Amino acid sequence: MALLEVSQLDVRFALRQGEVKAIRDVSFTLERGERLGIVGESGAGKSVAAFSLLNLISKPGFIAGGSIRFEGQTLNTMSERGLRKIRGNRISMIFQDPMMTLNPVLSIGEQMVECLKAHRRISSRDARAIALDKLRQVQIPSPEKRLDQYPHELSGGMRQRIIIAIALLLDPDIIIADEPTTALDVTIQAEIMALLLDLCEQHNVGLILITHDLGVVSQVTQRMLVMYAGRVIEQGPTREIINDPQHPYTQGLINALPQMATPGEKLNQIRGSMPSLSNLPSGCAFHPRCDFIKRADGQTRPACVEQVPGFVQTGNCLAACHMVAELLEDRRLKEESQ
Amino acid sequence: MTTQASAAAENHIPAENIETATPLLQIRDLKKRFSLSGDFLEQLRFKGGKLVRHQEHVHAINGVNLDISRGEALCVVGESGCGKSTVARTVMGLLSPSEGEIHYDGQRIDHLSSRQLLPYRKRMQMIFQNPYASLNPRMTIQQTLEEPLRLHHPKWNRQQIADKVEEVMRSVGIDPDWGKRFGHEFSGGQRQRIAIARALAVDPEFIVADEPISALDVSIQAQVLNLLMEAQHERNLTYLFITHDLAVVEHFGTRVAVMYLGTVCEIATTATLFAKPRHPYTQALLSSIPRLEDDRPQHIRLEGEVPTPVNLPSGCVFHGRCPYANARCRQEIPLLQMQNDGTRVACHAVEEGRL
Repeated sequence: MALLEVSQLDVRFALRQGEVKAIRDVSFTLERGERLGIVGESGAGKSVAAFSLLNLISKPGFIAGGSIRFEGQTLNTMSERGLRKIRGNRISMIFQDPMMTLNPVLSIGEQMVECLKAHRRISSRDARAIALDKLRQVQIPSPEKRLDQYPHELSGGMRQRIIIAIALLLDPDIIIADEPTTALDVTIQAEIMALLLDLCEQHNVGLILITHDLGVVSQVTQRMLVMYAGRVIEQGPTREIINDPQHPYTQGLINALPQMATPGEKLNQIRGSMPSLSNLPSGCAFHPRCDFIKRADGQTRPACVEQVPGFVQTGNCLAACHMVAELLEDRRLKEESQ
Repeated sequence: MTTQASAAAENHIPAENIETATPLLQIRDLKKRFSLSGDFLEQLRFKGGKLVRHQEHVHAINGVNLDISRGEALCVVGESGCGKSTVARTVMGLLSPSEGEIHYDGQRIDHLSSRQLLPYRKRMQMIFQNPYASLNPRMTIQQTLEEPLRLHHPKWNRQQIADKVEEVMRSVGIDPDWGKRFGHEFSGGQRQRIAIARALAVDPEFIVADEPISALDVSIQAQVLNLLMEAQHERNLTYLFITHDLAVVEHFGTRVAVMYLGTVCEIATTATLFAKPRHPYTQALLSSIPRLEDDRPQHIRLEGEVPTPVNLPSGCVFHGRCPYANARCRQEIPLLQMQNDGTRVACHAVEEGRL
C-alpha cells in the first residue's frame, strides 16, 4: 500500500452563479520518500489539489467525492481533531509566499517552539534545541541569532529556509510544497530547491511539488502529473514525460519554452487560453486549442468534442487523449495483422 | 587588450557601436537615489544633545552607461532590487535621474519639461509588467487605444482614429469588434496584447518593455513573445527589454546587460554571453536556470545574499559573494573593460587574468 493514495478526488466550489468543479477525477499515489511534481498553468487546479489533501479547502469549496488515504486512514472524512494530529506533524506544507506564512509578531524561535509544543509534550528548552538543529540543517548562517529575530528582519530566501525548517520540525513523512520558489530570484531559487531536494533525500521524506516551472519539476521530481482545467491529463515518470510527452497539451507546454526554440525564431505557441472552469468545453477540455483534433484524412475526431478521454498507457506513462488512444489502437491492429 | 585608461575612455563609446552612427538611446553615468528620510523636518534627529540632519538613500542605480542601437533588442537582466526597472523608468522620463544624462537620437531628454518631452513620447512607448494594473478599468478598449492617438495626433478626424485603432487591434490579434468591452473582460494574455496595441498605436520606434511576460502563463508567454518579435520585424522597432528570465533573454535579445546592485557588470551579445559568461555573477546566474535536461543542477552557489542598496559595499558591489574576491576587489570599483570579442566586463579578476 502506498503512503498516500488519492483516488477520484472531486472538489467543487458552490458559488452564487452555480457550482464550479475545480478538480475532477484526480487520482495518484505517493510512496515513502518519493518526489512527485504537479504541473499546470494558473487555473489548472493544482493548488486546489494540494490544499484538499489536508482538507484545507475553505468554504464555499468542498470535497464532493473521492478519497484521500494516508497510511490507510481516510483523511477527507476524518474529524478536525484527528486531522490536526496529521497536519504539520506527519504531512507538512510549504506555501508560496514566505512573508504570508510566518507570523509577523512572533520571533522565529517562538513560532518553532509553538509548533513543536502543539504536537509533542516537550519542554521549551528541548523544543528550542530541536529548532536550532533544524535551522542548522537548512544552512542558515548564525542560527542562534535567528531564533530571536522576527520575520521582517530576514530576506525572502532566508524566510523560505525558515519555512522549510518549520516544515521539517516534526520529521514529517510528506511535505507538500506549493510553488515554494516562485516569489524568489533565480539564484536563491536554485539554492532553495537544492536544499529541499537534499533534505528530502536525507530524511526519506516524500515531496509533492506544485509548480508551473517545468525546469524545476524536471530537476527535482521522479514522477509528475500534468493538470489542465481541473483534470490530470498526463502522468508518469518525470524523465519520460519531459523527453517524450504524449498529450498534445504537454507537448505544447514543453515546446513553448524559449529554450526549445532556436534563438530569434518564432516560438511554438499553444493558441487560445485556458477555459474558465465554470464554462468548460465539451469532451476533452483541451480540444478547442488542440492541433491534433483532426484525423489524417482531415476529419475532426468526434470523440474529442463529445467524450471526456480516459487514460491510455504508453510506456510507463498514462495520457488522457483520444488521439493517443487511436494511435495505440492502430499500432495494435497493425501488429495483429502481421 | 586595452589598457585601463583607454578602456575608461571607451566606456562612453563602445567599439561595436562606432560604425553604426549615433545610437538611438544613450545612457550616460546614470545615477538614481531615492530618499528614505522623508522631508526636512523628518530628517532632524537628536544626537549627543544636538539637532543633526540625518539622510538616508537607496542607491538604486550607481553609474550606468548603456547604448542602444537602432533595430536591436537590448535585454537588461538581474535579480529583484538590481535597478533594472529604475533604468527603464528613468529612460522613459517617469523618474528623473539624480545624476547623469539620457540622450535620445542625439538629443538630451532627461531635463526636458513634459511639454517638451511630448514629441519624444510619441517615438518611445512603454509596456508594463502587470496588464491587470496598466489598463484603466473604467475605459473600454476602444477608448484606451484612442487616447494616445488623440493626444499625439490632435488634427486627426474621428474616422482616421477609428481606422488606426482597428488596424492596431488586428495587428496584435485582438478582434476589433471587442472594442466596446472593458479590460476586466479579457484574460491576462489578451490584456497584455491590448497593452502592446496601445504602445504600437502611435507608431513608435523605441519600446521599453518592463517584464512584459512575467505575469503570464507559460503557453501565453510564448504567444506574447512571438507578438513582440513580429512587431519588431514588421516595424523595425528597437527594444529595451527588462526581465529576470534568462531563457527569454537567450531567445529574444540582441545584446544583454547584466545588472547587480545598481551597476552593469557585463554587456555582451546574447550568443557570447550564454556561450562564455565572464563575470562571476553572470556565471552564477546562468548556472541557476532550471533546465529540462536530466543531469542534476551543478549550479554555482553564491555565499550570502544581495547587500542592501542603502549602504553600498566598498569596491566591487559583488565582492561579498564572489569566490574570486581579493583585497583590490574590496577597495577599488571595477570599470567595464572591453575584451577581445567585444564583451565588456567590470571585474578585477577578469582584468588580471585570474579568471
